[in-house]
Formats: sequence, structure tokens, C-alpha cells
Amino acid sequence: MALLEANGIRKVYGELTALDGAELTVESNQFHGLIGPNGSGKTTLLKCIAGAETVTAGTVGFMGDDITNNSAASRARSGMSLKFQITSVFDLLSVYDNVLLSLQADQPPWPLICSRTRRDLHSGVMNILQQFRLAAHADALAGELSHGQKQWLEIGMAMAPNPKLLLLDEPTAGMSPEERRVTGELLRPIKSTCSMLIVEHDLDFIKDMSDVITVLEQGRVLERGTPRHIESSERVQEVYVTRV
Amino acid sequence: MANFDSGTSGGSRIVRRFRVITIIELSMLVVFAFLPLLLSVVWSADDSFFWIVFTTKVLILSLFGLSFDLVWGFGGMLSFGQALFFGGSGYVVAVLARDLDVSSAFIVIPLSVIVGLILALLLAAFLLVARKPPSLIFIALGSLTGAYAAERLARAWYYLGGQNGVSVTHPLTIGNIELYEGVGFYYLAFGFLFFVYLGCRFLVRSQFGLVLAGIRQQEERIKFFGYQVQTYKVIMFTLGGGIAGLAGGLYAFHEGFVWPTLMGPTYSTQAVLYVLFGGVGTLVGALIGVAAIEFATMFLADYFQNIWPIILGGLLLVVVVFRPTGLVGLLVSERERIGSFRWRGNKKEESGNE
Repeated sequence: MALLEANGIRKVYGELTALDGAELTVESNQFHGLIGPNGSGKTTLLKCIAGAETVTAGTVGFMGDDITNNSAASRARSGMSLKFQITSVFDLLSVYDNVLLSLQADQPPWPLICSRTRRDLHSGVMNILQQFRLAAHADALAGELSHGQKQWLEIGMAMAPNPKLLLLDEPTAGMSPEERRVTGELLRPIKSTCSMLIVEHDLDFIKDMSDVITVLEQGRVLERGTPRHIESSERVQEVYVTRV
Repeated sequence: MANFDSGTSGGSRIVRRFRVITIIELSMLVVFAFLPLLLSVVWSADDSFFWIVFTTKVLILSLFGLSFDLVWGFGGMLSFGQALFFGGSGYVVAVLARDLDVSSAFIVIPLSVIVGLILALLLAAFLLVARKPPSLIFIALGSLTGAYAAERLARAWYYLGGQNGVSVTHPLTIGNIELYEGVGFYYLAFGFLFFVYLGCRFLVRSQFGLVLAGIRQQEERIKFFGYQVQTYKVIMFTLGGGIAGLAGGLYAFHEGFVWPTLMGPTYSTQAVLYVLFGGVGTLVGALIGVAAIEFATMFLADYFQNIWPIILGGLLLVVVVFRPTGLVGLLVSERERIGSFRWRGNKKEESGNE
């Protein structure tokens, strides 16, 4: 059974059809790349999977359950974690508190009022900060971080609750080549614990990272296969040459 | 990475930065705790009695201000009907005292809290629980409507005394002790404010408070962690109602009567102004706001009998426009206002590897 199955996803905004029957399957422990020209519906598809958008038609299945009508919060609790396209760290909170906010999210309000897990989660927070090279900035405000560091913090926050599926929307946007390389290094070890769906413009990055790539074009799946297969696909080349 | 002012050397700086609020809190605690004693030394019995009654009112209204601060400054909901809970519970205890001779603090106080809680929960069910998250304006107008309707109802309903309100002729009693205005009532109000404040402080600095800080900054984002934002808002709104209710019950017995304005837009606006003036989002700001506005009102009304509302209004405008963070914002940095929620148990051990 696949971890994530999105079938026949349609999303219509007024006159615009952003997704027109897109399909996507992510297996366990798979890094899945999602590419396509601008406006092909990548981010929309990711949002429909995360619950940030409701689908016009189609179904989203996660770990065997139909979650099409579930809220974003409920999807998050079932093990789906989203990293936003534009960094949306909490600028006025410390870097540490950003991660803590993500780590403690599985608890109901009462234990949080008593701060019952503040101590227990400390090492978890520090581990994430160390893993994402932010330990030295634990007490800095997230708003003071550089762009690349904010992206890492975002990824760290998305990883903190040990999700089963990590949805990354343009994790390397705005990064320097060096930062991209480090991002790749930070993401690779995650594979042993969770699957990942990455939307990315940087084709080299995505070829390097993904086991399987799905190419979207005008809201539909154009091609799907291994990076090598995608690279040699004439249909994909045609789209990228003519459209980009 | 040059833009950092924390890190290894920042540790002590941060600790220092986090002290200002505590200093303000402690000074206010000391002032309020010893005020009656101080007054009796400085002034004659009559004068000091006047000031004790005045400060008791400030203490009770501080509870009211605190309740609004929790809802708005921490819960992010602009409740323009906070007086509904304040006046509503005031009316309930006043009517009970009038009709059933209930004046025991052991009944009056819990009852006033419960009335505030229930009223707030009912209103929260209308305003906050919906498929789509309600907008700031919706909550503000919805709660304002609630307060307005309550005031109109009280004005028109003969049973509630109409325009004149309800007199509370009984003093508040604790066992055989009767609490009239004065030192006894002062310390009762002080005690409640002290413990409620401590409770609020515990709450907003807890992991729960971290979620609230997150909600205030990015409500949409926080849902993707799995938090049920509405639950948090309902909790804060209801809690604010309960505290406003407590304040209302005390106020009714202290002032000796309740009147329709007490639960309408006027008092609701007053709560907003207290907190805006003192410093929204800091608990101590609410207290400072109440003390400053109440004192300024009395002072100005004494010296500028006809135009004092204009002066007070101008003063409020100046603070609100030039200091959106209120009087507390003059002393306390943004960073300290929001605070830090990390566990600091073994800081020394940590500082080694940071």
C-alpha cells in the first residue's frame, strides 16, 4: 500500500483550472520530486495534499485512509508535515521556540498549560537545532536569521514531529549554491525515517535527491519515472524547451 | 552570520533583557501590598480611607483589564464586549443579594466567576466556533453587539431596576466578618488580583503560551502543525470571561450597586483603553493602564472639571499613536514582551556546547 495516493485531483479557481485530474503516489521511504513549468499546478497539488486547499474533485488517501475532507490540522496530526514555499518561521519567537512549537504540537492544551513536556522536549529541540546547524542561534530571534537559515529552520520544524510524509515546497528557493548543497546534505539522512514530496525549480537538485519524479503540465501528469527516465523523456524536454 | 547579537556572548545579555518586566511586577506588588499602611502614615484617617477605596477600585478594575488583556493581548481576539461578562455577573450577584439575601463571599465569588465563564462560553460558541476562522472585525462587532444588547436589556427590564440598576445593600461576608469598603475589602481584592495574576503569568509563560504567541503571529501557519486554533481561542475567551466575571462580582459589592452602563459598550471600551494605554500583550501593562487611567481621570476631573474628558482622550491618543505597545513599551523591549519559552533547567551545562 502506498503511503500517499492522490487520484483524479481537480482544482478550479473561478475560470482557471489549476489541476485537471492529477495523480500522484508516494511510497514509503521514497523521495518523490514534483516538477513542471510555472503554472503547471505543482504548488496547488501540494496544497491540496496538505489540506491548505480543498479539492474540487478527486480523492487524497494517506496511509490507507481517505483524508480528502480532513482539515490541515488533522492531516498534520496523522503524520503529514508541510514546509511552506515562502519561509513562514515565527519571526518574533526565538529559533528554539520555533522548533518547540512544532515538537509539542501533538499534545492537547492541558499538558501544555502545565508545561509538562518542556523539559523532556529540550533534548529533542536541541537535536533538531544541531542537525540543521542552528544550535548556536537557539536564542536568537528567528527573524534575525539569514534566508538560508530560515529555510533550514523551516525544514527542521517540519521534521521535528517525526512525520511520515514531509511535503517541501521549494526548499532551496533563494539559496546560494553552497546553501543548496548543505540543504541536500541535511535532507538525505531523513530518508530512513520518512518519505518526502519535494516541489522544486532547481532541476539538478531534484534529480540528485529524488527516487521518482512526477512532471506536471497544465494540471495533469505528463510523465513519471526515475530521474534518468525523466531526463531522457522527449515529452518532458519538449515542455521544458518550449515553455520555460 | 554577522547579524547576530546573541549566541555565546548573548546568553547573559538575554538573561538581563528578561528582567525589566519582573522588576515592574515586583515594584507594583510591593506598592499594592503596603499601600494601606503607607497611606495611614502619610494622611489622616479620612484621606487615607478615600485613597484605599479608590485603590480597591483600581485593583478590581485591574482584574477586568487583565481579562481583556488575556483575550486580546494573548488570545489575539479583539473582544469589544468584555463588559458583558463584568456587568453580567455583577447583575447576577446584585439580584441574588437583593432577592435572596445572598452575600457570603463563598457563594458570591464562585458564582460571579461561573456566570462570567458561562456567558463567555456561550458568546464564544457563537463567535469562534465555525468552519472558517472568524475575522478580527467579526469578533469585535459580535462581542460589541452582545454587550450593547445586554445594556439595552438591563435598561428596559423593570426586574433589573431599569435605568437605576440594582443596589447592593448587603456587605460581602466571609463567615461572620462583614466586608465594607476599606482595608478589609482592599486586601480581598488584592488577594484575588495577586493569585489571578500569578495564574495568568504561569499560563502565558507555559508551553500553552507559546502556542498563543504562535497564533498571534501566524494563525494560518500554526494549523499545519496540527494545533486546533479554535480550541485555544475558546479557552482564552472563556477564561477572560471568568476573570471579568470575578471582577464584576467584586465591583458590585464594592460600589454598592450595579447599573446598565456596567455591561455595555462604555465599559467594554474602557477595558480596551486600559490595556492599550498600559501595554497590550504584557500582563503588567493591564495593571499599569488601569492605575494610570483611573488616576488620571480622577486627577483631571478634579482640576479641569469641564474639559477633562478631552484631555484624557488626547493623552490616550498620543500614547496609542506614538507607543502602540503602551506605557510598558517605554521600558520593555519587544523581545522581552513576547518572552522565551525554552527550558532553562541546566543553562550552565548547555552554555558549554552553544
